[in-house]
Amino acid sequence: MSQSLLLKMELRSNPETLGVVRDALGKLAETLGFPEKECRAVVLAVDEALTNIIRHAYQGKTEQPIEASFRRIHVARDGLCRPALEIVLEDRGIRVNAEQLCGRALEDIRSGGLGLHFIRESMDAVEFRRRWGRNQLRMVKVLDTADPAKGS
Amino acid sequence: MLQISARQLDKTTILDVSGDIDLASSPEFRKAALRELRELRTPRVVLNLTAVRYIDSSGVASLVEALKASRDLGSRLILFGLNSGVREVLQLSKLIRVFEITDTEEQAVAR
Repeated sequence: MSQSLLLKMELRSNPETLGVVRDALGKLAETLGFPEKECRAVVLAVDEALTNIIRHAYQGKTEQPIEASFRRIHVARDGLCRPALEIVLEDRGIRVNAEQLCGRALEDIRSGGLGLHFIRESMDAVEFRRRWGRNQLRMVKVLDTADPAKGS
Repeated sequence: MLQISARQLDKTTILDVSGDIDLASSPEFRKAALRELRELRTPRVVLNLTAVRYIDSSGVASLVEALKASRDLGSRLILFGLNSGVREVLQLSKLIRVFEITDTEEQAVAR
């Protein structure tokens, strides 16, 4: 699987910076050729993931480190090699219960559960793991092009 | 940056909201909506979301809280002017049907 790093951000757990990340990511997704609706989906997923890191992993503390990396990758889908955007977010906050990625019932409208629901609905793959004292969230959005060879 | 201003129209208050409703700004949005409903006891609160660029789950949670407050108090909460992005987020939450939503301010006020 080929990978190329497109963008890396070193962020702080400050809610005020979320708008800056959304604007940059929206531009990146647009540049990669994602349709407008898919750009919004990617932006929503990353925004919600960062929100969860700030609220849960760092329990609202600002100035804590978050690393965000964005790579162009290729994934197998329907027997074809498809271009995709891989997003990895890493934080050094408290361990997040991986079961939370299942989300809560929608009737429970607290934003934490709703945010996880948004992430899962917006992305094609969502994986969480804890390693070396860090939480790592990996998300993948496949770029559906009419001719996959053109999207690479 | 979120901005909220209020207009009175008979027994209706229209809150003109502009900017992004996210983790940083949703507390202010929630406070403004709940103030109209719980403290000022406005019979009908209309949220003008025409200039809202983005809403996240904390914004949706604030909307739901305002809706619950309006139901508890026997008042009404009506939204209008949702752009594609805001509408998509509400659809994704599967909560869009619980809200009264119109396309225009005239429709919202006439309801």
